[in-house]
Amino acid sequence: MDRKLFHWIIWIFLLSGLLLAVGLFSLCIGSSSIPIKEIISLPLTDRHTTEYSIIFDIRLPRIVLAFAVGGALSIAGVIFQGIFRNPLVEPYTLGVSGGAALGVCLSIVFKLNRIFGFNLFPLVGFLGALLAIFLVYLISSRQGTLKITNLLLTGVMMSFICSSLIMLIMAISRLEDLHGIIFWIMGSLEECDWMLIKIALLVAILGIFISLFFAQDLNAFSLGEEEALHLGINVERTKKLLFVFASLLTGASVSVSGIIGFVGLVVPHFVRMFVGQDHGILLIASGLCGGMFLILCDTLARTVMAPLELPVGVITGIVGGTLFVYFLSKRQLILGTKGA
Amino acid sequence: MLEVKGLTCGYDRRFLLQDINFKVRKGEFLGIIGPNGSGKTTLLRAITKVLRPEKGEIILDGKDINHYGFKELARKIAVVSQKVDSFALNLTVKEYVLLGRIPFRKRFQFLETRRDKEIAHKALAITGILSLAQRPIAEMSGGEKQCAIIARALAQEPQVLLLDEPTTHLDIGHQIKILDLIRKLNKERQLTVIIILHDLNLASEYCERLLLLRGGKIYRMGSPEEVLTYPIIEEVYGTLVVVKKSPVSSRPLVCLVPEGIQNASKG
Repeated sequence: MDRKLFHWIIWIFLLSGLLLAVGLFSLCIGSSSIPIKEIISLPLTDRHTTEYSIIFDIRLPRIVLAFAVGGALSIAGVIFQGIFRNPLVEPYTLGVSGGAALGVCLSIVFKLNRIFGFNLFPLVGFLGALLAIFLVYLISSRQGTLKITNLLLTGVMMSFICSSLIMLIMAISRLEDLHGIIFWIMGSLEECDWMLIKIALLVAILGIFISLFFAQDLNAFSLGEEEALHLGINVERTKKLLFVFASLLTGASVSVSGIIGFVGLVVPHFVRMFVGQDHGILLIASGLCGGMFLILCDTLARTVMAPLELPVGVITGIVGGTLFVYFLSKRQLILGTKGA
Repeated sequence: MLEVKGLTCGYDRRFLLQDINFKVRKGEFLGIIGPNGSGKTTLLRAITKVLRPEKGEIILDGKDINHYGFKELARKIAVVSQKVDSFALNLTVKEYVLLGRIPFRKRFQFLETRRDKEIAHKALAITGILSLAQRPIAEMSGGEKQCAIIARALAQEPQVLLLDEPTTHLDIGHQIKILDLIRKLNKERQLTVIIILHDLNLASEYCERLLLLRGGKIYRMGSPEEVLTYPIIEEVYGTLVVVKKSPVSSRPLVCLVPEGIQNASKG
């Protein structure tokens, strides 16, 4: 069999297996731990037990959402790092999250939820993200071409402007609103609306398929824009499409779950160390790994100091950062064994 | 094979190249020379569609390059750049060379075909780096890296090879090795070669014809004997030279005259 195909299949099986294990583990533990045997037989039993509702109404939605958000953010991270050819870029660098957060802040301050009578955050968050993307795109494109350095600078500035405006709003808003703003910004996967979770999952799945469509283009981009053009890539069009696509992916995730940091930065790097630079497997593995990572972090967030629930962004930062630094220092070792 | 007609082209409405006209035959070895900023690289970038011409057209195989698709053009013209981008240094040589097969890939085609592998293998073999195939690019020497870049360009199975100063960072041994390799490809595969060179003596040795640019215009075009004469070089480069015949190939040999010697000969 083709060696590359073999390599890919091994990784996909391994990660899918790990994902399943992490998912089951996360279903088991919590304020009341339910043994794995019961979980497996649960779908066949009575629907009205407490266990049934804990599993299917509380834990499963969180796990599915964590998978979708983690996966989508990681894929967006791979794409951004690919087109910017900059290892420090992550999905939130370009002001998408800032726009979303600003939208949500405004809706909290103006009490839009109460006026409209339903949870408006995902919608205003997404609108805010769209507006930020649109502005960044408009400002940084000139005469039909999108300059990557312009895009990066404009995006970072957009990010700063948004966060300053958010701080301004926080400084003048009342205590109860402040609480809401901070909680949203820290990010949470507690979402009881199945509809939204299904949308998030759909976005993540679409995300992986669409990004795979561009896998070869991203590989060519790793040589630089001009070289990519020499390899027959329509660089300008591809860059624009990928920027908008990855931003939408980020915006959709942020508007459902708030700003969960670090996933989109650390997972692509981490995966790249193990599976290599080919964007085909890199995208698939990052999607799976990102989902798994966020499920794990969320499980920790809700169990470490139970009944107190920690913000999941805190865990992603601490766990992800530590693991990443550890593996970075061991990288020589890993590459060495791979090369031999 | 390639015809440039009335090309005017530049960056941000500043026209670097003005009214360039020339033709390249199939299997020709054409050198582009000229001082810094005379538009050599700009000309190459126009031919590969990196820059849009303001006026004029570039015709490849009887068809305007604007009517080629990006991939279609990449299967005809390959470019050898000066160095490997730092983001690609982690790739192995083989992976890097296989990137040259991208113009032949379909969407959602993630695996190399047997043909892709054969072509990459041949490209590695002819450039003499087959034994390094599994090593990361980062570990290779300058000369080996240049071979890898050429191998990647050959994997595109081009009819025209464009090279932008491929020997700039190399010692004389590697300079000769790279240019011998390119000449061999030119002779054996009828590959049309267009090469930018700074070293006039290398240009003289290897190129059948030379195109001398000055200030964005063609100053002279012809055989090395016609172009590399001392009045032309002194005029274009603004420095004194003495042109002799090479004792090895009887092609023109350009000798530089440093300031100290100029004064001494005057005195």
